[in-house]
Amino acid sequence: MAVPARTLRPTPGQTVGPFFAYGVEYERMHQIVDPYAPGAVLLGGTVYDGAGSPVPDAFVEIFGADESGRVPRDRGAFRRDGHTFTGFGRAFTNDEGHYEFFTRTPGAAPGRPAFFAAIVFARGLPDKLHTRIYLPDDPGALASDPFLASLDASERATLTAQRLDDGSLRHDIRLQGEKETVFLEF
Amino acid sequence: MTPQSAVAPETLLAAPDQATQREISAEIGALHADLERREQAGERIRSTVHDFAAYRSSVLRHPTKNLKLVDPETIELLSPAFGQRDVAAVESDLTVQHAGEPLGERMTVRGRLTDSWGRPVPNQLIEIWQANSAGRYIHQRDQHPAPLDPNFTGAGRAITNDAGEYAFTTIKPGPYPWKNHVNAWRPAHIHFSVFGSSFTQRLVTQMYFPGDPLFALDPIFNTIWRQKDRESLIGVYDHDLTSPEWATGYRFDIVVDGPDATWFENEGE
Repeated sequence: MAVPARTLRPTPGQTVGPFFAYGVEYERMHQIVDPYAPGAVLLGGTVYDGAGSPVPDAFVEIFGADESGRVPRDRGAFRRDGHTFTGFGRAFTNDEGHYEFFTRTPGAAPGRPAFFAAIVFARGLPDKLHTRIYLPDDPGALASDPFLASLDASERATLTAQRLDDGSLRHDIRLQGEKETVFLEF
Repeated sequence: MTPQSAVAPETLLAAPDQATQREISAEIGALHADLERREQAGERIRSTVHDFAAYRSSVLRHPTKNLKLVDPETIELLSPAFGQRDVAAVESDLTVQHAGEPLGERMTVRGRLTDSWGRPVPNQLIEIWQANSAGRYIHQRDQHPAPLDPNFTGAGRAITNDAGEYAFTTIKPGPYPWKNHVNAWRPAHIHFSVFGSSFTQRLVTQMYFPGDPLFALDPIFNTIWRQKDRESLIGVYDHDLTSPEWATGYRFDIVVDGPDATWFENEGE
């Protein structure tokens, strides 16, 4: 079936500005799972600008599948009940530009690389930026992915988290510059 | 390499060069003319440009490489699911959050959230935040000498109904001075954060008010370089939404963008 023509002009985006904190903050927003729940994984990193300085007034949102690769359809991402996995979280960067989430390691279909969908917002960023945070754990799946294969090695590296010795995931985001993160349009 | 320590955010708010409004307006004009030339030469240019130096804090914060076009997959084709449980009905009325009534022009803003095919987006979260009627944000980093209103915070939330409709009651925000350049003022606006039917449709934008004399002067509004797109962010005064002796009424419809792959995902839901 063909997709019909879009009939409405999309509403354009604007920056979140400097004062989003009191507007979009909510309780346990970065705790997609309880930090002490079995299987909880810490995903964190720093957002940098083009001069290599941390960006202290940004926020990152992620949406991730559960361990089996199922996309969560449960409600309650905004008013968390402490056990329902909704896959969605939001984290402000702190004064050192650092963000962090407690979540689960997402799964994917067999042979497919698992990733978190991520969006970055910041003061000074005129519109949102989409990116992905791929899991580093299955090199075969990463290597066979056509999209990742279309990128060069340094670009791929900007989309792939590092698994640290303590099991946590580290992923920096660079808005501009030499190791600029690959951002996406759909 | 030793990591650079962050600069306190409040010191980042003033642009170092402090250009005049005349210089900023000339830059906006030149940027728009250049974008128009590029589009006529066949380049596809998004409605909000990331690289827009008249908005000074964007200079080091916009990507310099082209966004990579990719097919949305699995998680990107669906959206976090919200429901009435996530937000209390009272959170959509910004005038009842304190003991007394806030000062200013009470207003309602209503609208419909749809996708680009005109289909309503039901049960999705809309968050708003804004300055008070004097143009002051409650945020600690806003220290300009306009009064705070002890009866107004300026943050609200709503979940769209089955027809994709939402409604907020609030106070009309005042224009807000900032430090992008000398004598820089933002047109009055309400920030809107919206979830669509898919994560790719996520949108944060600002709603403005008809006839604001600051439109042409504002580099943020003008990061949207086509007049027609800018106009879509201006709420429409609607006398039928105005209620006698109570509140003026504005309409602000929001359209979240495709992509085509999301058309199938949301058919038959």
